[in-house]
Amino acid sequence: MKSTANHKLLQVIDLKKYYPVTVGLLSRQVGEVRAVDGVSFLMAEGEILGLVGESGCGKSTLGRTILRLEEPSSGKILYKGSDITTLDKERLRALRKEIQIVLQDPDASLDSRMTAGDSIAEPLVVHGVGGDVERNERVAELMKQVGLDPRQANHYPHEFSGGQKQRIGIARALAINPKLIIADEPVSALDVSVQAQILNLMMDIQEEFGLAYLFIAHDLAVIRHMAHRVAIMYLGKIVELADKAEIFAKPMHPYTQALLAAVPSFKTKAKKEVLLSGDVPSPLNPPTGCHFHPRCRKAFKPCSQDEPKLVELSKSHFVSCHLYT
Amino acid sequence: MNDTILRTKNLKTYFYTTRGVVKAVNGVNFNLSRGECLCLVGESGCGKSVTALSLLRLLDSPPARIVDGQVSFGDIDLVKCSTRQLRQIRGKDIAMVFQEAQSALNPVLSIGNQIIEQVELHERISQREARARALALLEEMGIPSAERVIDTYPHLLSGGMKQRAMIAMSLSCNPQILIADEPTTAVDVTIQAQILEIFRNLRARKQMSFIFITHDLAIVNEIGDRAVVMYGGRDVETAPVSRIIKNPRHPYTRGLIACLPNMSRSEKRLESIPGNTPNPIELPPGCPFHPRCPKAMDICRRKVPSPTIVAEGHAVSCHLYAS
Repeated sequence: MKSTANHKLLQVIDLKKYYPVTVGLLSRQVGEVRAVDGVSFLMAEGEILGLVGESGCGKSTLGRTILRLEEPSSGKILYKGSDITTLDKERLRALRKEIQIVLQDPDASLDSRMTAGDSIAEPLVVHGVGGDVERNERVAELMKQVGLDPRQANHYPHEFSGGQKQRIGIARALAINPKLIIADEPVSALDVSVQAQILNLMMDIQEEFGLAYLFIAHDLAVIRHMAHRVAIMYLGKIVELADKAEIFAKPMHPYTQALLAAVPSFKTKAKKEVLLSGDVPSPLNPPTGCHFHPRCRKAFKPCSQDEPKLVELSKSHFVSCHLYT
Repeated sequence: MNDTILRTKNLKTYFYTTRGVVKAVNGVNFNLSRGECLCLVGESGCGKSVTALSLLRLLDSPPARIVDGQVSFGDIDLVKCSTRQLRQIRGKDIAMVFQEAQSALNPVLSIGNQIIEQVELHERISQREARARALALLEEMGIPSAERVIDTYPHLLSGGMKQRAMIAMSLSCNPQILIADEPTTAVDVTIQAQILEIFRNLRARKQMSFIFITHDLAIVNEIGDRAVVMYGGRDVETAPVSRIIKNPRHPYTRGLIACLPNMSRSEKRLESIPGNTPNPIELPPGCPFHPRCPKAMDICRRKVPSPTIVAEGHAVSCHLYAS
């Protein structure tokens, strides 16, 4: 794997994002939603890190916080070694030339009153790259790269299909040559026949430009196809992190095991054991100790009391579970 | 076949809109046998949900209209029978589970009252008996502390619990047919596994027939006996599930299976079907799949293929197989 300490691109250290819950006229705080609750990980240049979890686990908030679209409550985000949590507006803008985001729903993320070409050119305008002529050339080049016809540059979003709209979103993210793209469920709104086209496109782009992706998804088959390493999130925490081959072959955390077992299979029809009962608890009032213990089949005494730490069990396989400590 | 319980023949449902006629369902044929689970599978816009809603005439008319075809349930044609007769069948003989429990459940009635309402509509039964049945059903669905849940309102329940409550409701009059329209699409994968388990248990215990609508072929593999693959408002391939998965014949079905990222293999590039799903306002002439089909021939652009039997119980609507 390419993940060597020398080419460290992004390091997230104990990142937390809490949202206050308030009541009444004076907004008295009565609690907090711990959307991201102490997350640490490393990403190398050119690496695809898959981030998986069920709805509400905080995976999207994590992605947005890294871009500082949400202000972190505490913790550090080191991009190429410098902390970006303390950057002022001006330097933050420069940083966003390097980190871009592709969102799930292209309908919501594209301005319906801007043409495809204007949408793709907008980052160039914001960052003051080139003049009109150069921008138009760049837009045409980008559209070709993502498999769109440059002649459609003056069409509006509603004239494109869902897959094409997602291509516009990708072209827009690529416009200013970022190093890292945060892809937040980029294919989950698409049909499978179109999904394959977009996944292929993202793979091609990644190889061509040596980009790093933080690839957020709930679909394990998609993650398995795309990622080099995989992080599993549950209620605001990473519970397991390992190389793709390792985590799918040898899942260690009981949650990861249950998650993998829950995926409907194409291969077998054999009746599978349902390993997980109940629902994900509210992040407003997470369980004590290990957040997963009320649903865990293997929970024992310390699980409800102490919070397990993410430890390296074998080479670059991290697990946060009392079973292994 | 004697054990056919429901049969559709050339069903067509169109929507008349200001932008044109949306041919959502454009000739769908299938048989449902007693005790079987038939899956309708396809991508968005293929007409699978509109087919399901047409079976019980649940679409608002206008804009929707069933313009042609039959839905035979015993000797009753559900397309032509009176609304009165249909209302006796809906919820009693044929029940339905929807994708989004949140919008399917009535927000101002407690879970219990919604179930009781349905039971009282169809059966002469005392309030107390109806309540007891509702409670038993909720327990059967694996809802913890059902005595409490029965008096709560839908918004207080999680997505998975609402889905269970809706399944309980659909079962309250012991239907012969249960139509489930993407019942797990709005929930997480671990909850999905629990819901599928409920359906599996129901199949084992009750003499019911299922029409299960999904876009996910892996779910079809896990739960279905036979599958109808739909594209552009038509059934393009019908076969036992194992044949659909292992030996698909229609180019669309083949493409659909090949383009799935698979949990067991991880190759570099995915197969993909070029282009997009057709717009039901402007369906292409001939076979609806021909603009995307790698094997399209001249005839495909002109003539809609009729089904060819390629093996026992395996029908394909494709000119490649026409004799």
